[in-house]
Amino acid sequence: MEDKVISPEKAEEAKLKARYPNLGAKPGGSDFLRKRLQKGPKYFDSGDYNMAKAKMKNKQLPSAPTEKTEITGDHIPTPQDLPQRKTSIVASKLAGAVDTRCEPVSGHAQLSDSCRRR
Amino acid sequence: MAGPGGGSSDVQWCFSQVKGAMDDDVAEADIISTVEFNHTGELLATGDKGGRVVIFQQEPESKNQPQCKGEYNVYSTFQSHEPEFDYLKSLEIEEKINKIRWLPQKNAAQFLLSTNDKTIKLWKISERDKRPEGYNLKEEDGRYRDPNSVTTLRVPVLRPMDLMVEASPRRVFANAHTYHINSISVNSDHETYLSADDLRINLWHLEITDRSFNIVDIKPANMEELTEVITAAEFHPDQCNTFVYSSSKGTIRLCDMRASALCDQHAKMFEEPEDPNNRSFFSEIISSISDVKFSHSGRYMMTRDYLSVKIWDLNMETRPVETYQVHEYLRSKLCSLYENDCIFDKFECCWNGNDSVVMTGSYNNFFRMFDRDYRQDVTFEASRENSKPRSVLKPRKISTGGKRKKDEISVDSLDFNKKILHTAWHPLDNIIAVATTNNLYIFQDKLN
Repeated sequence: MEDKVISPEKAEEAKLKARYPNLGAKPGGSDFLRKRLQKGPKYFDSGDYNMAKAKMKNKQLPSAPTEKTEITGDHIPTPQDLPQRKTSIVASKLAGAVDTRCEPVSGHAQLSDSCRRR
Repeated sequence: MAGPGGGSSDVQWCFSQVKGAMDDDVAEADIISTVEFNHTGELLATGDKGGRVVIFQQEPESKNQPQCKGEYNVYSTFQSHEPEFDYLKSLEIEEKINKIRWLPQKNAAQFLLSTNDKTIKLWKISERDKRPEGYNLKEEDGRYRDPNSVTTLRVPVLRPMDLMVEASPRRVFANAHTYHINSISVNSDHETYLSADDLRINLWHLEITDRSFNIVDIKPANMEELTEVITAAEFHPDQCNTFVYSSSKGTIRLCDMRASALCDQHAKMFEEPEDPNNRSFFSEIISSISDVKFSHSGRYMMTRDYLSVKIWDLNMETRPVETYQVHEYLRSKLCSLYENDCIFDKFECCWNGNDSVVMTGSYNNFFRMFDRDYRQDVTFEASRENSKPRSVLKPRKISTGGKRKKDEISVDSLDFNKKILHTAWHPLDNIIAVATTNNLYIFQDKLN
């Protein structure tokens, strides 16, 4: 029996499978969830790095995976991958910005635990 | 005549204020991550990715403009959380504020709970408008006097001073979550609260920081068998023994803490049956619930999944009583939304004061309201172009295909980087706070 109307979702699914033929059959399963549980940038760890290097003496280091199914948490960061240093903590622009209806608020420039009210 | 939260047929939403920087170049720290009114609506708190909390206070109604409810101005701002490093796992712990929840006011000070991925903090915000003057041993500038120069004694007196608002951390609830905290909820007993991460829910007493009780644990013995995670949790507004938690599979479980110490067995499970013929790769992803909120009455709860908002009657587990499509036109865009990760965006939702209207955000800085009584829905845009003071918001329309009418926006020109994930509704009045990426918009009913 032929489906006369393909639901938009199934059409989108076909599109996705065409672009990523390796996509697993169980998308909502462990892969997604484990990736979700590992959220957060992994920093360079010299122990991990050296162990990974020792294991792969003759092979190439794993390159950053481009597939959606692979868990990036397995990727051992190299010194080249290090993210930028975080900027120093400054006051929120919500507190310091000029309101469209108010005059500029004074005395909020520096970060502090107490606030002066106009 | 519009009462509080009256039907959308008689409410006219107007721009009131916008907070935040105007430049397009958004610093990551300025991304707003949570918005919450306190129980009277007088205070409005925001949290951002940089770990900062900004609290706005509503000015008392002015005699000059009796039609306008007071404006919100900065009351206090502080650094709630700082970036930390988990040395064991070489992972950074983000300082982003995931949720803020206010405690009901018990005395002159205000208290709120704010949480990042791992640590919850109780902050006390207090006002100081008097200071003692006339110390015997100290000069007015604080320097200590030479005791030998003190020849008489006087009693210090309290004199008025410029108002100072101070925020101080009173409790730090740490080290109780292995996974990332997504929700906190204060119990109606005003003594306890829950915190939920991907796999566990803990119960805390507000006074006790060195221990908490685990009340839900869905971690499988073998992580390979993991099929769903907890996405949100909330206490019932009146019944202190009842709470709900939602999952990435689109289910909501209601638990009763009187039944057992560990509430792994749910008392009720709410799930809408799915047509197996319609199942696709995306089905589970878009059914994942990003937010769950009880109605003020406690009779209903609302859930938000990727494409819709559902209202559930707590007495009926088999299906929602109402379903509202937020942006159904995105169903035919799921492939690209998956590729750019937008399909994983977590939208929140909220009720108005009398539970007659619900609101949620969408893309292109659009937000939607659904009137449950009049069965009407409307789309508005939070943008600086509509930001003339007290200008009435014009409803927006999206053209879904075929001929695009004038003033309509085509789906292909929607900006998916402009998402409204966080919205809040004043508990009593028709005042709403809508957060775009880095700006906070406040809209009010014209008849206020």
